[in-house]
Amino acid sequence: MGLLEVKDVGKRFGGLQALSNVNLSVQENTVHAIIGPNGAGKSTLLNCLIGKLIPDTGSVTFQGQSVLGKKPHEINQLGISRIFQTPEIFGDLTVLENVLIPCFAKRDGSFRLHAFETVEAEKDLNEKALAMLEDVNMQDKLHMQASSLSRGDKRRLEMAMSLVQDPKLLLLDEPTAGMARADTNSTIDLLKEIKEKRDITMAIIEHDMHVVFSLAERITVLAQGTPLVEDTPDNIRDHPKVREAYLGETQQT
Amino acid sequence: MLGLNQRDTKFLIIVIALTVFTPILLQPFPTDSGLAQFNAGYPDLMQRFAIFGIFAIGFNILFGLTGYLSFGHAAFLGVGSYSTVWMFKLLNYNVLPGLVLAIIVSGLFALLIGFVSLRRSGIYFSILTLAFAQMSFNLAYSVLTPITNGETGLQVYNDDPQILMGENGITTTHFFGFKMNSSWIMDLGPWQFTFNFGYYFCAVIAILAFYLSLRIFRSPFGLMLRAVKSNQQRMNYTGVSSRPYTLAAFVISGMYAGLAGGLLASMDPLAGAERMQWTASGEVVLMTILGGAGTMMGPVLGAGFIKYFENIFSKINDQVLHGWFAFLPDGLENALVWLLHPFVGKGWHLTLGLLFMLVVVFLPGGLVELGQRIRNMFRKKPDANDDSNHKPQQSPHVAE
Repeated sequence: MGLLEVKDVGKRFGGLQALSNVNLSVQENTVHAIIGPNGAGKSTLLNCLIGKLIPDTGSVTFQGQSVLGKKPHEINQLGISRIFQTPEIFGDLTVLENVLIPCFAKRDGSFRLHAFETVEAEKDLNEKALAMLEDVNMQDKLHMQASSLSRGDKRRLEMAMSLVQDPKLLLLDEPTAGMARADTNSTIDLLKEIKEKRDITMAIIEHDMHVVFSLAERITVLAQGTPLVEDTPDNIRDHPKVREAYLGETQQT
Repeated sequence: MLGLNQRDTKFLIIVIALTVFTPILLQPFPTDSGLAQFNAGYPDLMQRFAIFGIFAIGFNILFGLTGYLSFGHAAFLGVGSYSTVWMFKLLNYNVLPGLVLAIIVSGLFALLIGFVSLRRSGIYFSILTLAFAQMSFNLAYSVLTPITNGETGLQVYNDDPQILMGENGITTTHFFGFKMNSSWIMDLGPWQFTFNFGYYFCAVIAILAFYLSLRIFRSPFGLMLRAVKSNQQRMNYTGVSSRPYTLAAFVISGMYAGLAGGLLASMDPLAGAERMQWTASGEVVLMTILGGAGTMMGPVLGAGFIKYFENIFSKINDQVLHGWFAFLPDGLENALVWLLHPFVGKGWHLTLGLLFMLVVVFLPGGLVELGQRIRNMFRKKPDANDDSNHKPQQSPHVAE
């Protein structure tokens, strides 16, 4: 049984059947990519996984526990961390504070009225945040305001914010959308590095074939709201159905 | 010291020193000089500085940290006043039970209003709080007359129970026998300084309130509140539920407002519904923005600034103006008085409005930013090669 199990999920928006009979199983310690052309239902599926949408039929379970109808913070507390298309960080705060917040969230749960301690006095968490920032090579930018970072650094910071919570599953929503090739490659390297350093399960929703084939160990191809095929990257590359639905056009470029 | 780092401790000591010497600092002009009317060192006004300082410090915990702009904070001020006056009516003139009750009742009231209003954010939140405050005002004015004494305002009457009063009880507000209106006047040459117990009572509470707010700013809780302002969605996806955090901030700032209302009643045992009106809610917003929202010192400065204008500029009438310009030829004198007339006396709002506009346009960080700019100007000459726009910016310290 996989870490994340999607069973018979269907979702309809008015007259549009966005998802139908989606079955998917993300195994522990694998990088699982979900690809598909525009309008295939990737984003709808992701929104079902993170509790933003509730599917009409089927179930989504994480470690045997249903995530449907759960609020974003509850899903995070289960151990699912999400990386966004555009880096989502706390722009007004410093880099260190950005990483401290997930540390507090991990230790104290979704709410605690800790108004009489000082942030500086939390030695353990400060050390943890520092170690994490060293891991992503940002230790010299601790006190910079996060909004003044370069885009690449914002992405690294966002990763650090997710990883410092030791999530069981990292959900990446088109992590390289709109990036230049160089930035895309550095994101791939960052993700590979993360994968090598720790046992982590990743589910990547992605458009860019280059990213998918560089990282993924399993690939599910989604077309018109339903999974076409699920296999290893090598098999996917040569799969006639996939070529027809999706790859034919991109491989020529 | 006291759980603060060195820098904050220094900051707190400066604030304490300023508060202690306020009666001297605000009395710079000799009593019989022409400028004496600009002196602000009289008890009533100093008490207001401290009380509205507390109000603004509390408001800043909500608005400055979380960015939620409440337009109904005067409701808590009014609730605090009513609670305190009721304690005067039922027990005796000791202010302590009244202040405690004011904090509790306004806290509960804030919990109720916050629970509903915080379901929305942005402008909708502001409108909801405004609606609640106006509702409270109108209720206090009409339906709730048995509790609030309606138009007349709540006050203490001779036939009130006052069960702790005793035979020769003190008939004015006091703190365990120390009367709020007792003053010690010191004459020093042409200067006259008034040291009033009521002021120092408010000042001690204001310092405590300031210290508490400093601790909140530096705490993990404060960090979470700043995160709410910065990116609430990210916060939820980080595993933090933002609603209880904003609600806690709302209740805390409501309790500050209740305390301020209680102190107002403690200085003058009266409570009227107009204290809850939307203009009063707007005033604290102005104070906070004028001083610098999100800074520690800003709201206090803003409160002082506005109260000074309200009390000093409003006293300058045409007669005073004529006195100032008497040395000029008659025509010129009249012209100048005519020109300045709309800006002083009853027109002080106009001056304040213009100043407010100038601050918002040129100093978005408020009076605190003005202070920082002046300090930076003196600290070092700008370096020709210092292209600060292309360097990574250090994030500003929250105390500034």
